[in-house]
Amino acid sequence: MTHQPTTPQFKANSRAAIADGGLQEQMTKALGNSMAKRAYASGALPEFDQLRDAARDLKNHTLAHLDLYLEAYESKVQADGGQVHWAETAEDAREIILNICRSVDATSVNKGKSMISEEIGLNDFLEEKGIAPVETDLGEYIIQLRKETPSHIIGPAIHVTVPQVREAFRTHHPHLPIDRDLEGLDKLLLEARAELRAKYFEAEVGITGANMLIAETGQSVIVTNEGNGDLSQSLPKVHIVIASIEKVVPTLEDASTVLRVLGRSATGQEMSVYTTFSAGPRREEDPDGPEEYHVVLLDNGRSAMVGTEFQEMLRCIRCGACMNHCPVYRSVGGHAYGWVYPGPMGAVLTPSLIGLKQGGQLPNASTFCGRCEEVCPMRIPLPKMMRHWREREFERQLTPAGTRRGLRFWASAAARPGVYRAGARLAAWGLRLLSSGGRVKRLPLAGAWTDVRDFPAPEGGTFMDRYRPDADGKRGAKR
Amino acid sequence: MTPETQAPETQAAEQARPPKIAFMATCLVDLMRPSVGFAAVKLLEDAGCDVRVPQGQTCCGQPAWNSGDRANAKRLARRTIEAFEDYDAVVLPSGSCAATIIKDYPEMFSAGDRWRARAEKLAAKTFEITAFLADVLPDAKVAAEAPAGVGKVTYHDSCSGLRSLGIKDQPRALLGRVKGVEVSEMVESEVCCGFGGTFCVKYPEISERMVADKARNAEESGAELLLAGDLGCLMNMAGRLTREGRPVKARHVVEVLAGMTDGPAIGEGSK
Repeated sequence: MTHQPTTPQFKANSRAAIADGGLQEQMTKALGNSMAKRAYASGALPEFDQLRDAARDLKNHTLAHLDLYLEAYESKVQADGGQVHWAETAEDAREIILNICRSVDATSVNKGKSMISEEIGLNDFLEEKGIAPVETDLGEYIIQLRKETPSHIIGPAIHVTVPQVREAFRTHHPHLPIDRDLEGLDKLLLEARAELRAKYFEAEVGITGANMLIAETGQSVIVTNEGNGDLSQSLPKVHIVIASIEKVVPTLEDASTVLRVLGRSATGQEMSVYTTFSAGPRREEDPDGPEEYHVVLLDNGRSAMVGTEFQEMLRCIRCGACMNHCPVYRSVGGHAYGWVYPGPMGAVLTPSLIGLKQGGQLPNASTFCGRCEEVCPMRIPLPKMMRHWREREFERQLTPAGTRRGLRFWASAAARPGVYRAGARLAAWGLRLLSSGGRVKRLPLAGAWTDVRDFPAPEGGTFMDRYRPDADGKRGAKR
Repeated sequence: MTPETQAPETQAAEQARPPKIAFMATCLVDLMRPSVGFAAVKLLEDAGCDVRVPQGQTCCGQPAWNSGDRANAKRLARRTIEAFEDYDAVVLPSGSCAATIIKDYPEMFSAGDRWRARAEKLAAKTFEITAFLADVLPDAKVAAEAPAGVGKVTYHDSCSGLRSLGIKDQPRALLGRVKGVEVSEMVESEVCCGFGGTFCVKYPEISERMVADKARNAEESGAELLLAGDLGCLMNMAGRLTREGRPVKARHVVEVLAGMTDGPAIGEGSK
């Protein structure tokens, strides 16, 4: 489950995904639902767009003073009796978590859903060290059984069909009668619930992610629809929050602004079913709660994004709206992207976190259709940032040599109208020569076009040749 | 100058002179479908514009800009600015090329660069043709009646025009003025067709997946004709429609608006 990136094989991955009929059907159905729900929820709130502006502004402010707010957050956590651990890299974060687990002789940990845990490859690492991680989010639980990674940042098992869930449960719950009735979603849900209930009481450590960290109060916030995060964090002796540094917001009021756009953008809910705030270990007067409270703050390349053209990406609140609305994501699913974060946000973030050489395919795999930016609650200009990655590729000569040569050749011609006209004339003539019945079925050197569609033949003659503008741009005499 | 501060005689002179409109054909219309250029020029002339086609035009530079080749994009932007900045307005039969001039040119040059101001000035007077006809020239004349064989049409909203320039109602409003044309909306008319410039040849399988959806949606709308305002998208969609043997034909929207649909549709042979 660690993420040895397969991003360089994005093309092969996507071909396989497109050939998978079941996946195609599942993605179309699931994302259609998500889009409809978001459209309804955002449309029902008149001030939705103002809230997006406010959310964007408060995050911009926070990022401009990131060090200040992180230190304020740390002081508050410490004042409440918690500990903050700063992890510069994924490896640092894994070691910190392992040490905490070992300090209480943990043999199993319960996990709420966390993309940071995926980013640092925590599950495989813990297993190697003899500690069993138990995913308690239903989607995460399903893919853990199937030994898969999440294919969507909020719907990790979005690619899995109901029959596949049934099969996974029959295989991985061997202690239950093999002929039990698993028809109907409620039966699957109840079985997962019963399986997980028992495990909640076994684990010494509970690990959750965080949707936000609040500097003013030292609280971490998680939103869930299953309540699994609450049990994961309040039953075990030790609660570890793992979060990346850009999750901090200044105040409780700010957190509420973000929550109002988060639920609507993510699942079309006004609020998710559970919004849980945690702060520090159990106090004497508390009826329950963990004895120890740790926060692991992960940087892993993020502070290096501050001050660059990619800083705005740090506003992302991981709602998943961009991928829900992305026609490329819908076509290939999340696994094709080959690392932790798929879809448009993944296409921008991945090269920042694993490098442009590894992740460079992703910002190229976009038509710049702009739907992601249109729905992003934090108004992140995702296509523009993908273009920035293409610029970096070009500067570092990572763009394929053929493309570079082609661009140079074409741009030189386009900078010389006389040459360009002659080229266009020749191209129009040549294409017509290759065509029959108004189209070209098979175009040499452009098989990528004609493999999947005809190439419409030019009408004949270029516009400039037929219009023949004079020096004033007026139409020339007809020949 | 606002009208109040203008001397009356200047104002009268301004009104007497028809606006000098530079038409940028775009590289695809130039190469693939000159009739779109002629249809656009007719619409502009019918609206009373003094249409000019500057000789220095080639391509706006979008392919370079979107491929990360900033230097060549700027080089072509400078050429385009020089060729077009002396006119009252610039009109293009393409939302994506217009968006390149309107949105991207100013971004290409840093604040201190003398080209920045020139780019901004050009951006402010550049228009996609349906937006220009519907928003700037409210008296624009379109074909009074649907050309022979044109009835039920469906409209694909090309991404750049729609999301960068907000073009959605204008083509529909103009089509609504042509008697006998009925717009039958397809599902997901705002979803990308899978062209995306070089995307369609860099990722042909994904592009195919997207354009196949579009072809199906177009046919299921019940329309005989698929219209759009960008020739790139149209070539992609038309190519897929003919490859799949679907009956829907494809044309640029200005062909119908100008009543110039005598020639074959995109990717169709002459009869």
